[in-house]
Amino acid sequence: MRYLPLTEADRQSMLEAIRATSVEDLFRDVPKSARLAGPIGGLPNHMGELEVERLLGSMAAKNVPAGSVPSFLGAGAYRHHVPATVDHLVQRGEFLTAYTPYQPEVSQGTLQVLFEFQTQVALLTGMDVANASMYDGATSCAEAVMMANRITRRKKAILSGGLHPHYRDVTTTDARFIGFEAVALPAAPTGGEDLLALVDDKTSCVVVQNPDVFGHVRDYTDLAAACQAKGALLIVVVTEALSLGLLTPPGDMGADIVAAEGQSFGNALNFGGPYVGLFAVKDKYVRQMPGRLCGETVDADGRRGFVLTLSTREQHIRREKATSNICTNSGLCALAFSIHVSLLGEAGITQLAQLNHTKAVQMADKLAAVPGVQVLNDGFFNEFTVKLPKPAAAVVEELAKRRILGGVPVSRLYPGAMEDLLLVAVTETNTDADMDAFAAALTEVLA
Amino acid sequence: MSMNNQGRPSAIPANSGAFDGVTGTVTGNRGLQIEEPLIFEQDSAGRTGVDLPDVPKVASRLGAVKPRAKVGLPGLAEPQVVRHYTRLSQKNYAIDSGFYPLGSCTMKHNPRLNEKMARLPGFSDVHPLQPVSTVQGALELMDQLAHWLKTLTGMAAVTLAPAAGAHGEMCGIMAIRAAHEAKGDSGRTKILVPESAHGTNPATAAACGYSVDAIPATADGRVDLEALKAKLGPDVAGLMLTNPNTCGLFERDIIAIADAVHEAGGYFYCDGANFNAIVGRVRPADLGIDVMHINLHKTFSTPHGGGGPGSGPVVFAESLAPYIPVPYVTHGKDGFALVENAGEGPAFGRMKAFHGQMGMFVRALSYMLSHGADGLWQASGDAVLNANYVMARLEDVMTASFEGPCMHECLFDDRFLKGTGVTTLDMAKALIDEGFHPMTMYFPLVVHGALLIEPTETESKASLDQFVEALRALAERAKSGDVTYFQAAPRLTPRRRLDETAAARKPVLRWTPPVVAEALAAE
Repeated sequence: MRYLPLTEADRQSMLEAIRATSVEDLFRDVPKSARLAGPIGGLPNHMGELEVERLLGSMAAKNVPAGSVPSFLGAGAYRHHVPATVDHLVQRGEFLTAYTPYQPEVSQGTLQVLFEFQTQVALLTGMDVANASMYDGATSCAEAVMMANRITRRKKAILSGGLHPHYRDVTTTDARFIGFEAVALPAAPTGGEDLLALVDDKTSCVVVQNPDVFGHVRDYTDLAAACQAKGALLIVVVTEALSLGLLTPPGDMGADIVAAEGQSFGNALNFGGPYVGLFAVKDKYVRQMPGRLCGETVDADGRRGFVLTLSTREQHIRREKATSNICTNSGLCALAFSIHVSLLGEAGITQLAQLNHTKAVQMADKLAAVPGVQVLNDGFFNEFTVKLPKPAAAVVEELAKRRILGGVPVSRLYPGAMEDLLLVAVTETNTDADMDAFAAALTEVLA
Repeated sequence: MSMNNQGRPSAIPANSGAFDGVTGTVTGNRGLQIEEPLIFEQDSAGRTGVDLPDVPKVASRLGAVKPRAKVGLPGLAEPQVVRHYTRLSQKNYAIDSGFYPLGSCTMKHNPRLNEKMARLPGFSDVHPLQPVSTVQGALELMDQLAHWLKTLTGMAAVTLAPAAGAHGEMCGIMAIRAAHEAKGDSGRTKILVPESAHGTNPATAAACGYSVDAIPATADGRVDLEALKAKLGPDVAGLMLTNPNTCGLFERDIIAIADAVHEAGGYFYCDGANFNAIVGRVRPADLGIDVMHINLHKTFSTPHGGGGPGSGPVVFAESLAPYIPVPYVTHGKDGFALVENAGEGPAFGRMKAFHGQMGMFVRALSYMLSHGADGLWQASGDAVLNANYVMARLEDVMTASFEGPCMHECLFDDRFLKGTGVTTLDMAKALIDEGFHPMTMYFPLVVHGALLIEPTETESKASLDQFVEALRALAERAKSGDVTYFQAAPRLTPRRRLDETAAARKPVLRWTPPVVAEALAAE
């Protein structure tokens, strides 16, 4: 087997050194009834690279890659162009095959990356500090609520109807098992909810999303101030991190915690994961944060260096008193995020965000011109909701037959509801020809 | 000083001081070790590493929100970015470069075939919400992975959703809670956790609203069955146990433990972090386990990536099989289908935004197919053989905490350092100078100054021998009283020991623009 360096002669001489008769002898503490006599049944034996490539290649070939057709899907995962440099650098073995940087003297590479990542996230969100990543945006959101519960010593979260329903479900799942209240408002495809009216002296936080799941862009400045006046925190969720390149960031609106999905930078769609959760807060809440934090310090020779810090918050030190049980997070995805953001720089990120927005405006106009189609959004970034004269799920299936991935039916996210609504996302990867093809195909399907 | 045949010194004289402190080079660089400033310190306004098309001249439609004035990111060209990250990478130790015997972390070789497979556009460039008719191959892959995991564990059901081991623990404990609730049993407020457990176990139990009761270990490093039985009762929701345990030992009484937990009406959660020791040889279902997470980034070789992404599927016995989260794959009339909403079945909720760590599923299945049943049998055998070999070769100079055989890792404590002034930490730092990543230190907490060594099956005998010789020499050196050598280690790394106390006292968690930093300092 190509990954196993021991030879039969090695094994024999090692067994002699151990004074054991056989490898099986080393398993003698396992109850006999549970020891298999030989390789497990029901599974094939080993394969060479070529056979594995054939087998997995044939499975991959049964999927329609988003990049092979005009594709307009978003709803929390976005297809952006990832520069070749990103995937080349993340595959350097020194990044790819290292563990969490517990030994800082031989992990300065990963640690400096994390320090820079934390800074980039803080800058993008307009917040004071960020951690070294969470699993994804949805778990970031749930952890943000639990952090707000700790800070305010209250146990009720108000979740906006504009919050991505999967983020809502992860949070309400935690609420059920961890023991807090999460009041989720009904979906608000056209907005108009009064969140503040629900805030009382038991409310720890209000969770909103920007742009929200229907694509609406909102200013939460007044809401932030009003929440804080009532002793509650404002948590702003962002599922399309590229929007932070163009829109007033949550920090400037007064958010206390930002929980975001960072997939848009550096990370492929990957059928939903792995992605990278971003988590940023105001300075005063640092010690209540979940997850790893990297900090600057000096070494024995007085040179600048980096270490994991404030670990007394964490499970490996605090055990049952930890701020979170998170251990492994999304290190390599955070690296990919960081490299992509570094390549873009100030000029690139602004231009890329503008490009996404203007293309989305063009697409919205093209779709609005299709008979029977209505665009619901006044303001949006790169995603918007359209109302169709037919059920969106069926329309999307028809479009798929014409080799167009025409957005996400809202009913996929809210089963049985809002069947006529379709979410459409547009990025720099969509050409004018893609957009025209989409509008033409939709016209045909709706005719 | 001895010279080689080009007249150069063939060895660095011991204690020459040549590598102590700053090198004296003009740049601060040391040959291949190149100093690298922060990316923010390399900014030039307007510079970029991407070329994008012009933005169409269209009126923006941002609604009530204004465009932001600036973000504050630095501008670098592509070659600068490539060099920055390449130089940073060179400051890392990694499996690719050397032996990484970090106990409980299973730092095995990460095959590159897995990387290639995960990057096939049919897997990597697929959106999680595409029509299911366009992702049949992705669902087939998830179904296949589920089949392998169920077969290898003997369990009835699996969820692939959790993003990492600790996330899997959360999922498993939630399932236990849901099962008790479904039976109307609300009196169970406690989870039992052995003292030797990973920190995530008590943290998970506490996060799920349970109080945590610790079970002591016996003198031979295993769960004290009598102490466990004494704590079991109608208030215990379940037991969280790592097996093989964190001392590297197989819990001999595991079947009796499972029976006792079940008799008391509790569920048996197994932390599968150490599954690599038994994969393909022992099925956890045959041990009486009800639920167990599996770290794909340990046992099934998906890369650790400097701290993730991981993947933590959870397998469930029949008793807990109804209590799993969404989403999951089913076999429908038109091929594979995806159940995405809790309302559509008995699922207890949702763990993550989409379907789990698909990229890791591809890598793990690629690993499984490469090994096959016969290869996994050999792999777990070699992992256990390697650990026992290291233990046997060190136990005369170091103090093994418990009698063997060990499983995939061996545990030493610091009794052999008693009176030397050298600590476990010092030993670890001296190992770094010898070109090894240290073992896990100070864990598990049940022995003093723990050194937990997990070689994995992908190390050659030569590699183990070199490590053993280095560690033996260091142990002798410590006993000879050379404390200063250890306290100054490491000497040969890009940075020497870092001041962690200062870092925590006044945390600096981000770069701040110089103007702002000056203003803050003046306050």
